[in-house]
Amino acid sequence: MAFKRTISTIGGAALALSLAAGAAAARDLTIVSWGGNYQDAQKKIYFEPFAKKLGKPVLDESWDGGVGVIAAKVKAGEPNWDVVQVETEELELGCTDGFYEKIDWSKLGGKDKFLPAAAHDCGVGAIVWSTLLSYDSDKLKDNVPTSWADFWDTKKFPGKRGLRRGPKYSLEFALMADGVKPADVYKVLRTPEGVDRAFKKLDEIKKDVVWWEAGAQPLQLLASGEVVMTTAYNGRISGINKTEGKHFKVVWPGSIYAIDSWVVLRNSPNKQDAMDFIAFASAPENQSKLPDYIAYGLPQKEAAAAVPAKEAADLPTAEANMVDAVALDGAFWVDNIEELTSRFNAWLAQ
Amino acid sequence: MSVALRARLTALGLITPLVAFLVVFFFWPLATMMMASVTDGTVRGVMPETAAALSGWDGNTPPSPEMQQALVADLRKPVDQLAFGDAVRRLNSELSGFRSLMSHTTSAVRDAPEGQALDLATVDPRWSETKYWLAVKHAMPLYTDRYLLAAADLERDAAGNIAAVDAGASANRQIMLRTFLIAATVTVLCALIGLPYALIAASATGWVRALLLIAVLLPLWTSLLVRTAAWFILLQNEGLINEALKAIGLISEPLPLIFNRTGVVIAMTHVLLPFMVLPIYSGLLTIPANLMPAAASLGASRLKAFRYVLLPLAFPGLMSGSLLVFMVALGYYITPALVGGPNDQMISSVIAFFATGTANWGMAGALGLILLAVTTVLYLVYGRLSRSPTMVGT
Repeated sequence: MAFKRTISTIGGAALALSLAAGAAAARDLTIVSWGGNYQDAQKKIYFEPFAKKLGKPVLDESWDGGVGVIAAKVKAGEPNWDVVQVETEELELGCTDGFYEKIDWSKLGGKDKFLPAAAHDCGVGAIVWSTLLSYDSDKLKDNVPTSWADFWDTKKFPGKRGLRRGPKYSLEFALMADGVKPADVYKVLRTPEGVDRAFKKLDEIKKDVVWWEAGAQPLQLLASGEVVMTTAYNGRISGINKTEGKHFKVVWPGSIYAIDSWVVLRNSPNKQDAMDFIAFASAPENQSKLPDYIAYGLPQKEAAAAVPAKEAADLPTAEANMVDAVALDGAFWVDNIEELTSRFNAWLAQ
Repeated sequence: MSVALRARLTALGLITPLVAFLVVFFFWPLATMMMASVTDGTVRGVMPETAAALSGWDGNTPPSPEMQQALVADLRKPVDQLAFGDAVRRLNSELSGFRSLMSHTTSAVRDAPEGQALDLATVDPRWSETKYWLAVKHAMPLYTDRYLLAAADLERDAAGNIAAVDAGASANRQIMLRTFLIAATVTVLCALIGLPYALIAASATGWVRALLLIAVLLPLWTSLLVRTAAWFILLQNEGLINEALKAIGLISEPLPLIFNRTGVVIAMTHVLLPFMVLPIYSGLLTIPANLMPAAASLGASRLKAFRYVLLPLAFPGLMSGSLLVFMVALGYYITPALVGGPNDQMISSVIAFFATGTANWGMAGALGLILLAVTTVLYLVYGRLSRSPTMVGT
């Protein structure tokens, strides 16, 4: 009996100690990004070197996006994430809703060191990435698609097409297929007639579309021949060409590019380290290593200039690739995503 | 203290952890989400002066200067940014465009000199339209039925009557119906496969039984994503099944097995089958082995013995298996997203969109509440049906 009591006393003490330690010791800096081979690259060139510099461990996690996730964390009080890489809309929404700390731009050498769209009050641009038309050049040889009009042309290119499920991107691409100039896409989409026009254009290929959701799906669809062409993320395409010897090609005119940004969550207990990390990841000597691993454009101008020409040609930021490319309009989508998603779901269900 | 009372207190003490667990992890979140689907008032909280100014407005006459100045006064005040964000999100969910309108207006108001009247229509022409003011007015009450109505594709028209939303604006009802239909189909298929499977497993002995059970349990220990991806490889046009059928000359064109309802039902049935087999199997194990010979000795044919002896005894297991499969199937969305087509998305994908995509927890809560209500009704019906397992025999 006495033995038992000793055991439980020790156990209790240990429990109390560990609880006290847990409460006292600050949580390590936690960085959240998109996972996959992108985060593997980030780990090598940002997270691990920064941990060494900091002299403390740096934790990293991955997520799938959604401002609701961030809202839940911030509203719970002290968040368990510090730095998060977010998409354009999450940046816009979260900034107006007060989910992020304001960026100290003096630490980053000023906003003019970055592409204008990458310098936000609440976020620092991390990558420039594109959603674009892609196809397998081993399967389509002489007759290749060059525009969204071709994507819609089921006579010239019989077979299924892959599109990301949801109104975002689908409506823009539909308008371009219908003859709207890339520069005018959002002007047209801001009118009710423009939205109707886009949905009407989508009607034309509705029965030929395979809708994908996760970024790895379009690669699988192309590789298996399930679709003849698909929208995809440019970094994934050049990644699979490199690792699996595929010959997937992309069509830059009419592509839509967007910037992902680093943000610091409101009331982060590691705010200082978080800001230092963002500065570290934005330093030209660190950021310019990224295109070695994955074909994303760099928003820090000096870093972008330091990328070797051969790699730079594959990036969304290359001058030739920017011609007739459209910047994703975050403001349009934060205003309209709910209404248009409901309508898109209804359209799909018809 | 009497012995009985002490015993009762001890018993209470023993279930305290259970009660605490249920309250914290079940009732409290459920109540929070239910409340989120009917409470409003975030807008009133950050715009008290506008609320007062709008209370007398009939909703038809053009917006008055008093209303405008009340809004300007509210926007001038320093506010909790999180609360203000909630209010803007609420307004934008009623009328698209409020986000840009509010951020635009707020910065214009803060830049304008203090104490000077500001014409909002010059800041943004949208402020001269009544529909934006009407949206603000609608957001003022502390409780609302708009989320619940919107979840069922309904809304209040200008006169305040409940009306259907424009055709093509929303399809929640259809998606909800589809969810129940898919769940029911999967349940029936699981029962058709699971019952014979469990019967065979229960009557088998030795390694055959072990093999049969492992075949059911192994998939249960594999990640849902992996199993779904495996189906993807099997079902696609150039997948194993189509290639095999082509090789033996049964088909010349690949069968459309994926990105449609067939694919979803096949994959979900496979994933959920263990939830059907295991309850039936464990029920069958408790049936004495000599019941069937006894029925035979009384002159029953094998079919009759099965129909009147074995089936009624397996019935409770079949019922609880069906309930499990149906309930779990209702919440699926990864499998339909990966192997389904445009018409196979289930309601949880819509709930997930509102919960994580736009942080519109009112809408997510309302859709969840309706799903819960319909499921509860179905459960009650089911409870009545499953109470009398002997009904098959009478």
